[in-house]
Amino acid sequence: MTPSVLAGLTGAALVGLGLYGLILHPHPLRKLLAFNLMGSGVFLVFGIVARRGAAAGFRFDPIPQAMVITGIVVAFAASALAVALILRLSAQSGHATLDPEAWTRPSGEDAN
Amino acid sequence: MSALPYIDVGLALLVVAVGIWTVAARDLFAAVIGYVAYGLLLAFVWIRLYAPDVALTEAAVGGGVTGVLLITAGKRLGAVKNVAPEAQPGLPLRLLAGILAVLVASALGAAILTLPDPPPSLAPEAALAADGAGAGLGNPITAVLMSYRSFDTMLEKIVLILAVVGVWSVGADEAWGGAPAPLRQSRPYAPMVFLAQMLAPVGVLVGIHIFWTGANAPGGAFQGGALLAAMWMVTMMARLTEPPRIDARWLRLALVAGPAVFLVIGLAGAVIAGSFFAYPHSLAKPIILFIEAFMLVSIAAALPMLVAGPPSGRSDQ
Repeated sequence: MTPSVLAGLTGAALVGLGLYGLILHPHPLRKLLAFNLMGSGVFLVFGIVARRGAAAGFRFDPIPQAMVITGIVVAFAASALAVALILRLSAQSGHATLDPEAWTRPSGEDAN
Repeated sequence: MSALPYIDVGLALLVVAVGIWTVAARDLFAAVIGYVAYGLLLAFVWIRLYAPDVALTEAAVGGGVTGVLLITAGKRLGAVKNVAPEAQPGLPLRLLAGILAVLVASALGAAILTLPDPPPSLAPEAALAADGAGAGLGNPITAVLMSYRSFDTMLEKIVLILAVVGVWSVGADEAWGGAPAPLRQSRPYAPMVFLAQMLAPVGVLVGIHIFWTGANAPGGAFQGGALLAAMWMVTMMARLTEPPRIDARWLRLALVAGPAVFLVIGLAGAVIAGSFFAYPHSLAKPIILFIEAFMLVSIAAALPMLVAGPPSGRSDQ
């Protein structure tokens, strides 16, 4: 197995892992973390496309690589926006959760 | 050389294991620390894919700055309110999510194993860009970012500004124009101050070097800018500096400098060199470095502002 196929399969595993965490974690920041995990898995899959596209004297295809760099920065910007929204939501509602039913419960129940 | 395959397999297993830790850890803080380690390990995988530029970006932005963002957010969430009820999902949902995740990962894995052969490649066009409009740039990634896909890179800087505007906009109305809350609420302890005083000057120098050398070697405005941003955040965490007021003129100028200069030069290219974002051949390298210098400033200003968050009404000491 070549290093690039191995890295691609790692990326696929990370996408699955991130998806699992994204669905199951009740905490919004943990969801965000899992989503970032998924994103980096996708970048890795794109990275092996870059590695396979080696031609014209390069050992990689520079165009997908440049797009991954752009993608990492944009993913960070989106994460920062999500964090700001999560903090604002919890400041307004008093709950760090995306579950709308939790907001109507009296706040004494979730003092853990 | 014969040890490399084993290192590759070990690295892949380690990355997946740390990924599992980030998802499975009980504590948010532990998960974030896991994610930072994961970002650094992933950087090694990128190096193995002959992508040192991506490795630098992943280590600096994907691991480092995102880690600071999430740790700061976790602290603020803890300060704002009681922690969320840990309503753990039931077994059927877990099972279903697990099956879905395995299905998606296997489909992706199957797609990877059946990628077309010979692989499609845009490398020849990138080589043309490096020789043509981006003449004199030894680093093909920088040539692609600044010449072949310059419009993307310019728009990405605008995305950063939009994100900053979005973050600022979710602040309370009465706080508008004020400064974001400090990155650290409590008084800094001496080792942190010492670290910031020692690290920041060196880090700034390294950041500028990575930007400058990026024309010919791995590096560039993204990676250098992220490093400068990290140094600013370290000094903010040590409370040597405080986040600036968001209506400060210098801050806003720094934020728009990169895309504004990029756009103006792109438009000038339409007049001088014949097409939008074309550079005159003999001046391509100095022009690209000129644009990148302003992008460096914008990135170094935007990333800490994204981490610092919306302006805070309270004057938290």
